[in-house]
Amino acid sequence: MESSFAHETVVEFRNVGYTLPNGQPLLSALQLQVERGETLVLLGRSGSGKTTTLKLINRLLVPSSGEALVNGASTRDVDVIRLRRSIGYVIQDVGLFPHYTVEKNIGLVPRIEGWTAERVHQRVEEMLQLVGLEANLASRYPHQLSGGQRQRVGVARALAADPAILLMDEPFGALDALTRDQLQREFLSLQQRLNKTVVFVTHDLREALRLGSRIALMDSGHLVTVLSPDEFVRSSHPLAAAYVQAFADGLDSVPSRGRR
Amino acid sequence: MKFVHFLVENHPQIVELTLEHLWLVGVSTLFAVLVGIPLGILSAHRPVWNRPVLGTANVIQTIPSLALFGFLLPLPWLGERADRLAILALTLYALLPVIRNTYTGIRGVDPAVIEAGRGMGLTGRQLLLQVELPLALSVILSGVRVAMVVSVGLATIAAAIGAGGLGEFIFRGLAMVNNQLILAGAIPAAILALSADFGLGLLEKRLRPR
Repeated sequence: MESSFAHETVVEFRNVGYTLPNGQPLLSALQLQVERGETLVLLGRSGSGKTTTLKLINRLLVPSSGEALVNGASTRDVDVIRLRRSIGYVIQDVGLFPHYTVEKNIGLVPRIEGWTAERVHQRVEEMLQLVGLEANLASRYPHQLSGGQRQRVGVARALAADPAILLMDEPFGALDALTRDQLQREFLSLQQRLNKTVVFVTHDLREALRLGSRIALMDSGHLVTVLSPDEFVRSSHPLAAAYVQAFADGLDSVPSRGRR
Repeated sequence: MKFVHFLVENHPQIVELTLEHLWLVGVSTLFAVLVGIPLGILSAHRPVWNRPVLGTANVIQTIPSLALFGFLLPLPWLGERADRLAILALTLYALLPVIRNTYTGIRGVDPAVIEAGRGMGLTGRQLLLQVELPLALSVILSGVRVAMVVSVGLATIAAAIGAGGLGEFIFRGLAMVNNQLILAGAIPAAILALSADFGLGLLEKRLRPR
């Protein structure tokens, strides 16, 4: 049923602006649609408004102007607790509860949603397997895990209640290059199986090209353009081209590779 | 030797006054916890309340204890019984460490943990009870510990208004220039303070988040 509607809008921004109480605008006139099953990457520098955009979806922020819609309903009008529990949320600092075991962390939303203990337990086991963690980690505490393991637990926790939408705010940003690479690969295979609607924030072009079905390029509170990864690397848009150039320069600066 | 003899001879009264002392300290600390923790939560969650709440608690702390006992004497229902007065005064003194540590403990919770909790759809109440308070618990408890140790000392002064407690020995000893009497009040009070400090310290260590 999901795939039969090729273009079903799950998240929509209608002319959304967000201004801090002190009058500083963080986001202006955002028009953007996220389709079911796609991975939309928000790419931009820090301060470009990508995290703000993300937080407008699960109403950690409320638009100052315009409307943010999730499944057709303005986030302003829906029960905010229901809304958030129907959306998975993963952040760079993970934010695992340090006083909870891995099992309790992953089972958090199912538990507060009133699932039976047995069902929660079963779900936690599935989730651990899904994100490639040993079942015996369930009884550990977050401080006993490596950074990569913690982030996997963070993803498992976000997916535990089976949300249709997943918000990820630089989830792999704090990891070392090899772990990041591995988690990106796992994300792709996970996404192939689960087909969630994902909004993914990053400042890393490589990550954006690799994970995104579309890339929304943002700059100082404005959406510059939305392109597929293919279009992005060929784009003549100055900012997109600058990203690609910087990426290429990074590769070329390795002395032994020389210039092509 | 004479002191030991004195203790043995007067042990019923020592026990009685120690229990009275414990009552004063226990009840006032309990009240301070019941009032102080909500006030600490309020000031941590609503920055507008932070200054007035902590400021008031601070000012109370600066009032000399003997003067505070005196100030409270004319109060209606409370003035009727010295132990009520003493408990009120001790509660007021115990508030500051409880409020301040509750505030500090809650503000000290990793913002990422709070954001993740909110983002996953915890209600404000769930966030408070399942995340903020458990993570702040050891800090709050160390505030209670300070409050309790200070109360044990202050409660000796409550004898000046006739509220009983180990202070009675001390005041009587001072009036009669009798060191044995003073020590009979001071030593049990010191033991009470040390055991409260040790016991709550132990509990605090056990509850400290990893």
